[in-house]
Amino acid sequence: MKTLNYIFAILLLSATFVSCSDDDDNTPVAVDPVEGLNMIYEIPATDHTVQIYSEKQNLEVGYNEISIRIKDMASDKYVTNAAPTWMPMMHMETMEHSAPHSMLTNTEENTVYKGYIVFQMPSNDTEYWEMILNYSLNGQQKEETLRVSVSQPADGMKKTQVFMGADDTRYILAYVNPKDPEVAVNDLQAVLYKMESMMSFPIVENYKITVDPRMPGMGNHSSPNNEDMTYTSATKMYDGKLSLTMTGYWKINLKLMNANGEVLKGEDVTELNPESSLYFELEF
Amino acid sequence: MGSLSCALFCGSFMAQLYAQETPADSLKLIHLNEVIVISAGKQLDHQKQRKPLSTLDEFLESSLSVNMVKRGAYAWEPTMNDMASERLAVTIDGMQIFGACTDKMDPITSYVDVSNLAEAEIGSGQQGAMFGSTIGGGINLKLQKSNFKPTGWTGSLESAYESNNKMRVFGGELNYSDEKFYFNLDGIYRKADNYKAGGDKEVLFSQFEKYNFSINSGYKLADGKSISATLIYDKANDVGYPALTMDVSLARAVIGSVGFNQDTLFGNFTNWESKLYYNDIKHTMDDTKRPDVPIHMDMPGWSETAGFYTQANLNKEKNHFFFKLDGFYNKSYAEMTMYPTNSNEPLMFMLTWPDVRTKDVGFYAEDHIPFEKASLKLSARLAYHSNTVADDFGLNSLKIFYPEMDKTNTRFLKSFSAQYHKMLNDFHINGGLSYGERAPSVSEGYGFYLFNSFDNHDYIGDPDLNTESSADANLSVTYKKPIFEITAGANYFHVFNYIIGVVDPTLSTMTIGADGVKFYTNLDYARLFNATLSGRYNISNAFKLTGSVSYHRGVDDAGKNLPLISPLSYRSALDFYKNQYSASLSVDGAGEQINYNPAYGETKTAAYAILSASFGKRFFLQDNDLFLKAGVENIFDTNYSSYTDWNNIPRMGRNLYLTISYSIN
Repeated sequence: MKTLNYIFAILLLSATFVSCSDDDDNTPVAVDPVEGLNMIYEIPATDHTVQIYSEKQNLEVGYNEISIRIKDMASDKYVTNAAPTWMPMMHMETMEHSAPHSMLTNTEENTVYKGYIVFQMPSNDTEYWEMILNYSLNGQQKEETLRVSVSQPADGMKKTQVFMGADDTRYILAYVNPKDPEVAVNDLQAVLYKMESMMSFPIVENYKITVDPRMPGMGNHSSPNNEDMTYTSATKMYDGKLSLTMTGYWKINLKLMNANGEVLKGEDVTELNPESSLYFELEF
Repeated sequence: MGSLSCALFCGSFMAQLYAQETPADSLKLIHLNEVIVISAGKQLDHQKQRKPLSTLDEFLESSLSVNMVKRGAYAWEPTMNDMASERLAVTIDGMQIFGACTDKMDPITSYVDVSNLAEAEIGSGQQGAMFGSTIGGGINLKLQKSNFKPTGWTGSLESAYESNNKMRVFGGELNYSDEKFYFNLDGIYRKADNYKAGGDKEVLFSQFEKYNFSINSGYKLADGKSISATLIYDKANDVGYPALTMDVSLARAVIGSVGFNQDTLFGNFTNWESKLYYNDIKHTMDDTKRPDVPIHMDMPGWSETAGFYTQANLNKEKNHFFFKLDGFYNKSYAEMTMYPTNSNEPLMFMLTWPDVRTKDVGFYAEDHIPFEKASLKLSARLAYHSNTVADDFGLNSLKIFYPEMDKTNTRFLKSFSAQYHKMLNDFHINGGLSYGERAPSVSEGYGFYLFNSFDNHDYIGDPDLNTESSADANLSVTYKKPIFEITAGANYFHVFNYIIGVVDPTLSTMTIGADGVKFYTNLDYARLFNATLSGRYNISNAFKLTGSVSYHRGVDDAGKNLPLISPLSYRSALDFYKNQYSASLSVDGAGEQINYNPAYGETKTAAYAILSASFGKRFFLQDNDLFLKAGVENIFDTNYSSYTDWNNIPRMGRNLYLTISYSIN
């Protein structure tokens, strides 16, 4: 392995030297737009294929960033004007419902359509998730329905909360960042939706989520200099700061407050009350 | 054990007492406050030592100006003028060494042993600045070297046994020395079980085991030109710390140096001495033998130091100069891994010392100006000191508390001192004024949740601490007659930006069961005052009486008591030495600790007094020497603890010891 690293380093170095000496030939460096992502589904069609990517090995309950590419077989190119839309659907035994999700956009990379879905529950043999994709290809409107499997997070950590607030509204709160927590002050990010109907999950704006990280294994040790999460309109997410003083299992105790400062869910952590009913878990 | 030893040693190794035998008396008095003879000229001096194979800690405690803070039976931490490690410059043969334990369980004095030491040079306040930047003083432990004396082969075997903790000591040394070449090889092994406090109460987790090997050698390249090399290997295992929640499974030091000495330099300079050194310390704490730990944890620490010094004298008609250039580079790294009770959870890891790299380069100069019946010593040290956090994990950890902190912190440290000595008939008057600065220690600057069991708080360092500085004044008067001598001395330290832990009630503790979290903080100032009255009376040629009483006071800027300040303490001894017989009877005690501070975890320590005695005899077996010494410490088996005992762990009860040494000359 080490030898390979060296060889790679040498190759890289020599490549740099070559490109340095070659001023006329301005070949752009080809960056794989889906590097580091896993292709979790591929839908073959007669003249094209749809590829679905995730950072994870498979879709999980909670916040999932998903990238989609559509390859036109005729031109052997990825389509940049497919304007796709999507709709996740849960088929339960007695009912159906959707899930909070963003729009799909290709602003970062024009061949890759990115968005996210917050799955509230896992799928099983009788209850399953479908993803309905609509997109246009060479002027023709297409629709594909893909049955996807959604599992509980591999690490078993609770990062998604579906709950009824004190205002009798059902909310969905999902952890987004940090993906790789560090012993440091981390940028904490989450998304908050409310469930208006089985099919409608609007983003909740201008609420506040307080942050109190604790280590139950260390006598409920907490950390300083955390910042409550507030709404950022640019990202449509809630941003705060999360200080983690050591590695291990952390319970991030949360409290959801509406724009008037009324607590909708969650409690303060005290001697008598070691945890809030609204929380995220993380392990690193 | 400690209490007994201090009683046993009290007074008899004071430089003031010995100094009168040397012509350089006044010079030495002003040069250093005190020199404790540990084993110089071993064969001759054994009789004068009340307990020849006691630990180095006990020897140091016999000093008038040194007190030892104790967390158990082993690895006591020296304090001077009521100031501990971070305010002192402690060196071994001029080498800077830094302990690898975040909880100060391994003061560097624990990495050498009496077997390879000749003496401890002690300088109070800025008189210790020669050894490094300091506030409270400096201690240099000088290694024993034959130094080209034409003694040929010599050797000795030594053994001791102590009844209280069943301590077994075995030691030996082999020396060869001629005009061209010398080497000193020695080893010592100590193993002790738990000791028993007065009333036969066993103090659990007070055992220890230690080895120390050292080799010293020198080779003369030409007349007045020689090279030397030293290697010390010291290893302690299974060291119990009854005052703490964990013990030590390994404390290991490898200390090496090479030196070059030349009698003259550029014609004018003399005693040119240079040394390059390196040392590597590893310290591993262990709580696996403790019952009821709330959470099991590993806490290894490493400290590596490389350094050099070069020094020379310059003697002019009226001025005797001494110059020293020194520098070191230290790397301190410590981590903590906690094992959650729920074994499915991941390990909890933090860097408690974030790989702090300390660079220090200093220049020290002194000028000793003799007058008729008086002398003046002026000295100064200027040092460049920088700390860098080399580990990003550690830097990010500290940035939780200090988002704006820099990776590197640089400061200049200054020290100035003037010391005047005047002889008026039988009176010697010594007085001085000085100013000194020191940088925060690694723990004070960069410690991350270091648990202090003394006040039961977690400590967090502050990388932006101000440099601590001290202005101090000292005065002593000695009245000296051939048969008796009495000295009254006092010093006062006004310490600016005094660094101490201050509670931040908003922070949550890390250690389970801790009472709170403290940040190392600069107080505006703190004041420390020490006064000592000591005397010696030669009753006859055979009998000698010594005694001393000392008073200490330390308050912060709000007038509150500082922690670990000695109450009134006293010691006295009657020594007998005649015809190869020696004996001593000594008492050591302290008054009630009136000035204590519960905020620093202190409780009032009661008054105590301990009586001890020793008897020795030297036999000549042809050319060789056999020396026997027996003694009893804490004769009345008093159960007591002193202000220096962490968590008031009681000290050793009655202890009988026997020392045998056989030397082949």
